[in-house]
Order: sequence, then structure tokens, then C-alpha cells
Amino acid sequence: MIIKTTKDIPASEITDPLIFKERRKIIKAMLATVFSGVGIAPALANNHNPAWATLPKSDFSTDLLTPTPAELIKNYTNYYEFAFNKQDSTSLAQKLRTDPWSIEISGEVEKPGNYYLEDILRQQTLQEHIYRFRCVEAWSMVVPWVGFSLGNLLKTVKPLSTANFVKFTAVHQPEIMPRQHNNAMLEWPYVEGLRIDEAMHPLTILAVGMYGDVLPKQNGAPLRLVVPWKYGFKSIKAIVKIELLKRPPITSWSQFAPDEYGFYSNVNPAVAHPRWSQNSERQLGSSFFTSRRQTELFNGYGEQVASLYRDMDLRHFF
Amino acid sequence: MILQVNNLRSKSIAVCLLPLLWLFVDIAFDNLGANPIQALHIRLGDWSLRFLCLTLAITPIQAITKWRGMADYRQLLGLYAFFYATLHLLAYLLVDHALVWRMVGIDIIESPYIWFGILAYIIVFLLALTSPKWAKKRMGKNWKKLHRYIYMAAVAGIIHYFWQLKGNLAEPLFYSIIVFLLLSFRVLVWVKNRQLSKMMIPRGQRALSLVDEQDVMPEAIRKRR
Repeated sequence: MIIKTTKDIPASEITDPLIFKERRKIIKAMLATVFSGVGIAPALANNHNPAWATLPKSDFSTDLLTPTPAELIKNYTNYYEFAFNKQDSTSLAQKLRTDPWSIEISGEVEKPGNYYLEDILRQQTLQEHIYRFRCVEAWSMVVPWVGFSLGNLLKTVKPLSTANFVKFTAVHQPEIMPRQHNNAMLEWPYVEGLRIDEAMHPLTILAVGMYGDVLPKQNGAPLRLVVPWKYGFKSIKAIVKIELLKRPPITSWSQFAPDEYGFYSNVNPAVAHPRWSQNSERQLGSSFFTSRRQTELFNGYGEQVASLYRDMDLRHFF
Repeated sequence: MILQVNNLRSKSIAVCLLPLLWLFVDIAFDNLGANPIQALHIRLGDWSLRFLCLTLAITPIQAITKWRGMADYRQLLGLYAFFYATLHLLAYLLVDHALVWRMVGIDIIESPYIWFGILAYIIVFLLALTSPKWAKKRMGKNWKKLHRYIYMAAVAGIIHYFWQLKGNLAEPLFYSIIVFLLLSFRVLVWVKNRQLSKMMIPRGQRALSLVDEQDVMPEAIRKRR
């Protein structure tokens, strides 16, 4: 299925990473430290060769979307299993064991089983997916993910006609994840879910990398979901189990605060979080004294996904 | 002696500006992380809350240490709470929203956590406005009444902090405990004063007042019937 992205993002909307980098450059020069002049693309190609040097771009990646500098993406991410703040979770996440990694696929499928990640990757076609990412905390970024279509993976295990929902379960390693160890806040392991048509949508991917290299651990290594039209917490990290279900799964945040985080959690500027507005977002990498970005319905992917929610009251099914 | 105190005072004024200097250094050296605007909000809001807590701490410290002459510093610290709160507000309007009023308007209307911030700011604004000595003189008894609202400002400030977070509640919890302790100190003092004042009433009158109470009681019961 080819869905054309007709609505491109105007370049003027995108924060100029050059401004950001210039500032950095000047400062680093002041400190007389060596600073490798980072171009727009492979910001993490410092010492080692990236895992995937060149990849075909997905149909949904437009050149008009300028990726957020990798350093920002790598240092601003929530990982509640490790810590409730972004700095600590990033450093603690480095302890995560990601090799070897297998994924259990089960439930309403013809061919359930345990699959090694490397075997899955051998079968699937990797592409670069430059997507917007909008967090429920009202910040956003643009990430050049490396991944493959979730729908294609699900097709290989042959979903039954009774498969209406997909449940994703994240890794459970309480011995290295302090918040899992303390049973803090959420029910662990982390669980997310999609409706089957959302899961099969070509925009929905499983990512194994970003910026042409393997995913940093804090960003969801070795395998994470990316659903660009939903708030970031839907895009579950470090997936170990995918189950196809008849009934909707209970998802972690929705279970924790059902009136604040719905099952759908589609990006929608018109539906505020009970405690804060979702009308606008702060783009990472944007400089001081620049306005926030107006948040778009379905995070700007309305042309592709609005039809999934036809006749649904988005205020009710938030 | 006077010179020394003044010296201490000007030193305090300078010390209270250090957090701002530190912030400027962090901005210049790009130390505010991946979302510097968010970090700026938290930094300025934090310092406003800290100065508010310090302001509230003066009276208990004075009572415990019996060291008079701290009242001046209470005013100074209170004004700094207002100063950092003002910077916090200006950062929100200018640095974060670049004065795009439509977005600011929607953000405020749809974000209950901001309402508490506004309430806290209005209070500290009024307190700062009435902080000069001549204002205190002119307002008489009302001054004390108005300035008691600082407790409400502290509580609203903490709710403003709490109410915007998904996780990581450690920081606002810390402030809550501090403000709770400072408030309970006041309550203790109030209760003690009440007991003291009761005991201060001369015996004869006390007996009279007890009689009065006894007189009133049956009347109330009668009314209820």
C-alpha cells in the first residue's frame, strides 16, 4: 500500500539545528576543546562506523523534516523502569542487557513462537523513517529511525481473524531496573497496545536504530515500537513479547491514571491533558525567544491515519 | 556596628543574586541540557520557592535562636522570592512563548497547574508591592493580614510544581515537607499562645468567664430543642 505524504512540513516550521550547533560551536571553541563539526545527518559517527550507513528512506520520510541533533535525542528520554528523571534513566539504562534478544509472538496467530531478533532482521527490510515524535509532556523532536514495518512482521506469523488488538510487553529486569525492583509507580513490566488496524498501518514501525546506527539503550534498544501519530509513551521500548488478542489490553499509563492517559492517546491539540494543555509543543533544539510549535492533529499524520478514527469521538476515545 | 550590619546586608543582596549568575553561566556554556527552556523554568521556579521557604523560616529561626534583627532579612528574602518568580513568569512569556499571546492564552486556560502558579504570583506581587516601610505604616493592621497570605503563596507554588509532573515527585515533595514543618511551627506557637493567654486571665475573671460559658451552654441546648 502506498500512501502519499502530500502535506509536507514547511521548512520554516523546523527549528534550525544550525543555530543550535553554532551556539555549541562557539562555546566549545571558547573552552578550547576539540569539537567535530557535526553535519545534519550522522551526528553519532564519531569513532565507529554506523551499523547502517545508507538505507532507503520510507515513503513517509520527507527531506523537509530536519532531524533533531542526535545528542538531544539521546539525552532527553523517559525510561521509568530506571528512574523518574531523564538524566538518571539515561545513565542507568546503559546497564541493560540487550544481547541476545528474542521476542515471543503469541496469541491469536497461526505461527506463534520465540524469534531471535537477528532472525527477524534477516527477514525484514530496514528503512530510514524520519518521523516526528511528540511527547505527552508537550515537547517534540524529529527522529531518523531505522526500522521495519510492524505489519510486515505480523503478517509472517499469520494473525487469525479473531486478532483485534496487539499487546506489547517490555523487558523485565528488576535486578538492573531500580523502579521495577521497588515496584514504583506503574505496574511492571511496561505494557502498551494498539488496535490491529493501527498495528498494521504502514506508518507503524518497529525501530532498531536511529541516525543510521543501533538504538542507544536509553532510546529503547534493541527493539522498540514507533507510532508517530500517538504520544510518545505509546511507543514502548525494549519489547520482549507481542501478543495478538481478541480484547483490548490494559496498558500501563492508562491503568495508572485512566482519566489522564487513554488507550488511543492520539496526538490531538484540541484535547487537553486534565492538568496541562496539548495545544503547543516545545521542539528540542529550538532556541530561546522562539515560539512553540502549534501541535497538529495526529501529529501531522492526519492524511494517513484520520480514516482509522472515522465516526469516533476523539474527545471520548482520547 | 551599624556599618557591619549594612555590610552584611549588601553581602546578602549579592549572595541572593548568585543563582541568577550561575544560571547565566549555564546558559552561556550550554549546560542546561536537551530542553534548556524547560530547565530554565524549573531553575527559576525552584529559586523562587526556595526564597519563599527561607522567608518563612526567618520567624521560627528568630524564635528558636532568640536572635532579633532578622526581620530585615525576611523582607530581603521575600523580595528575592518575588524577583525570581517574576523572572520565571517573564521566561514563560518571552523565552518560551515569544509573546505569541494566542498560544499563551490557550496554554493558560487549558493548564490548571498554571492557575496555581498565577495565584502564587499575584500574592507575592501584592506582598512585594506593600513591602516598603511606609506601606506597612499606612496599612496598619491590614498589613499583617495581607502578608499572612504568603502561606497560601507557598502552598499554591508547590501545587503548581506537583501538578505538572508525571513522575519524579521528589523535588516538590521536599518543598512540601519544608513548608509543612514551617507551618506547623506557627500552629504550635499559636496553640501555645492561646493556652498562655487563657492562663494569663486573672483567677476571678476566669471563674467569671467559666460562669459565662455555663450560662451560655444551657441556652444553646434550649435553642436546639
